Amino acid sequence: MKTKSFMARLMAAPHVLWSILFILAPLAFVFYYAFTDKNGAFTLSNIKELGSTSYLDIFTRSLCFALAATVICLIIAFPLAYAISRAKPRSQKICIMLTMLPMWMNFLIRTYSIMAILEDTGFLNTLLAKIGIPPLHIINTGGAVIFGMVYNYLPYMVLPIYTVLSKLDNRLLEASADLGCTPAQTFFKVVMPLSRSGVISGVTMVFVPSISTFYISQKLGGGKFQLIGDVIERQFQSAYNYNLGAAMSLVLMVLILLSLAVMNRYSDEEGGMVA
Amino acid sequence: MGSDANTRDGEGRRRVFNRLKRMCINSKKMSRLIELKNVSKSFEDTPVLKNINLYIRDKEFVTLLGPSGCGKTTTLRIIGGFEAPDEGDVYFDGKRINDLPPYKRTVNTVFQKYALFPHLNVYENVAFALRLAKRSEKEISVKVKEMLKIVNLEGFEKRSVEKLSGGQQQRVAIARALANDPKVLLLDEPLGALDLKLRKEMQTELKKIQQRMGITFVYVTHDQEEALSMSDTVVVMDNGVIQQIGTPEDIYNEPANAFVADFIGESNILDGIMHADKSVEFAGHTLECVDGGFAKDEPVDVVIRPEDVDMVEVGSVPIHGVVDTVTFKGVHYEIIVDVEGFKWMIQTTDYAAPGTEVGLRILPNEIHVMKKSKYSDLYGDYSTYFDEMDETDAAKDGAGDEN
Repeated sequence: MKTKSFMARLMAAPHVLWSILFILAPLAFVFYYAFTDKNGAFTLSNIKELGSTSYLDIFTRSLCFALAATVICLIIAFPLAYAISRAKPRSQKICIMLTMLPMWMNFLIRTYSIMAILEDTGFLNTLLAKIGIPPLHIINTGGAVIFGMVYNYLPYMVLPIYTVLSKLDNRLLEASADLGCTPAQTFFKVVMPLSRSGVISGVTMVFVPSISTFYISQKLGGGKFQLIGDVIERQFQSAYNYNLGAAMSLVLMVLILLSLAVMNRYSDEEGGMVA
Repeated sequence: MGSDANTRDGEGRRRVFNRLKRMCINSKKMSRLIELKNVSKSFEDTPVLKNINLYIRDKEFVTLLGPSGCGKTTTLRIIGGFEAPDEGDVYFDGKRINDLPPYKRTVNTVFQKYALFPHLNVYENVAFALRLAKRSEKEISVKVKEMLKIVNLEGFEKRSVEKLSGGQQQRVAIARALANDPKVLLLDEPLGALDLKLRKEMQTELKKIQQRMGITFVYVTHDQEEALSMSDTVVVMDNGVIQQIGTPEDIYNEPANAFVADFIGESNILDGIMHADKSVEFAGHTLECVDGGFAKDEPVDVVIRPEDVDMVEVGSVPIHGVVDTVTFKGVHYEIIVDVEGFKWMIQTTDYAAPGTEVGLRILPNEIHVMKKSKYSDLYGDYSTYFDEMDETDAAKDGAGDEN
């Protein structure tokens, strides 16, 4: 290997510095707190404590909710992205802007407005009452939490899939039809395999924030559906048990990395889709 | 049928004769595999095809030839089913197929930029149509091997198509299209992206493949040399209109108008007047020719191919001029001769230094007389001729010919 010139090193310096300050250092802190007790002595008790059933339940619930949100996002986003990518260039721009529009607003405000819409006496039920449909109890259910995740993270699924699909050469679709594929077969044999990379990044970008979120479950689940994010937040904000919080963060990170590894592996082997 | 033929009375004989006549007519109809009748097509109010009538016989090598935007690719896409005509009908084997989607047509296409599936290897690309047809694994393997052998790509089965050269990708595209046993193979400028030497090789190979497989090829190109050397029939198009249909010899020797004469090879196109049958006046002299059937003193276009002109001594023939430039072309010299302000191109193995005066001999059967058309004044002499222009035009045509 050629040694890098001084200039190249100099130019990489800001990035290296940034990475050390904001990635490596925090990670080191997490590791430190996770494996020490309040006095700074080495211990595994923090990790062991997470093995109790109450924490296991929370981890399982987080995983299930995040998976559900990811699958729903994928089911909505793929056809949507496909439709947008086949539209006229002008309509494409407008549709993509509309998809991103909610992201221009603050995440907390968005979640608050979802609350206002879904509440028992909220916008949705008022509307339903007007057309004579009995009110629906949605807020403070698991469904509301998943809905919040889907609503908030859908653009992250649409955009990467749209990007891949819009680059898909129309001639490939024509070639597929030419060789005997019905439109449906073209979709399954050509469009889906070729959009795999977009699906993988979309799934990652929805799954990771979904599994670690804390705010959505508090506001839309009414505190009934604690997720890992909620518990971690509580350890740092109210219980002041940094060591347990750090241990949970560490386990969450491992959980995410494992999930992604499984997904990538699965998609590579099957040559098909994730989830 | 045999018993009919043996009938003694005239009535029976007439019946046999009628039946034979019908069979002849039928077989003639049968041979028209594809037929386009009064086909027109516009893209956003721009007409690209204007009332096209064309039929393609079984096992024929037909080339649609024309400059970019002439409608040749659109014609091909209508046959393939990727575009529907606004007006007119498309027939395949006698059946109207206007509304038949591409996947139900027994034609296959080799696309301009190959359109190979990047997520599949060479084997799977070729096997694509076979898998759809639910053929057995063994059948598929035999067929793919056979196809790869035809295109000289044996041993490439496991390769990724993205790692192949342009020529190899082209071969995979051909194998993939042929694996489906099409009755007709449509080829959209298939050699456009290849370098000259490879293009020549592939031309010969394609012709061989067509003959060996015994199927119809419809070939789109803007390269007149390619069209002449490969085709049974050439269809010259311009501006959405068919200018001429004929064998390569017909097209070259008897161009229908100034456009065809100019587009196919090099041509000197002069204004002339047809004084009588076999007597035409051009370049200030009346010469004997072989054409006839024009009105008396009808203005005409006279086409003379550069290779048909001989340089002779001044005074021995009526037409003479001064040598302007000489370019050595290997096989021959390309000489621009100024005949009273009109620049002729002649191709000859004789050399004449610039500035010398030469006589130009043209034999009667080398003078091609055409009726005046809307193209008459567009193509003239070689006063603004540069070699480079031809090449850059060709490159431009090759890139991004969407219609």
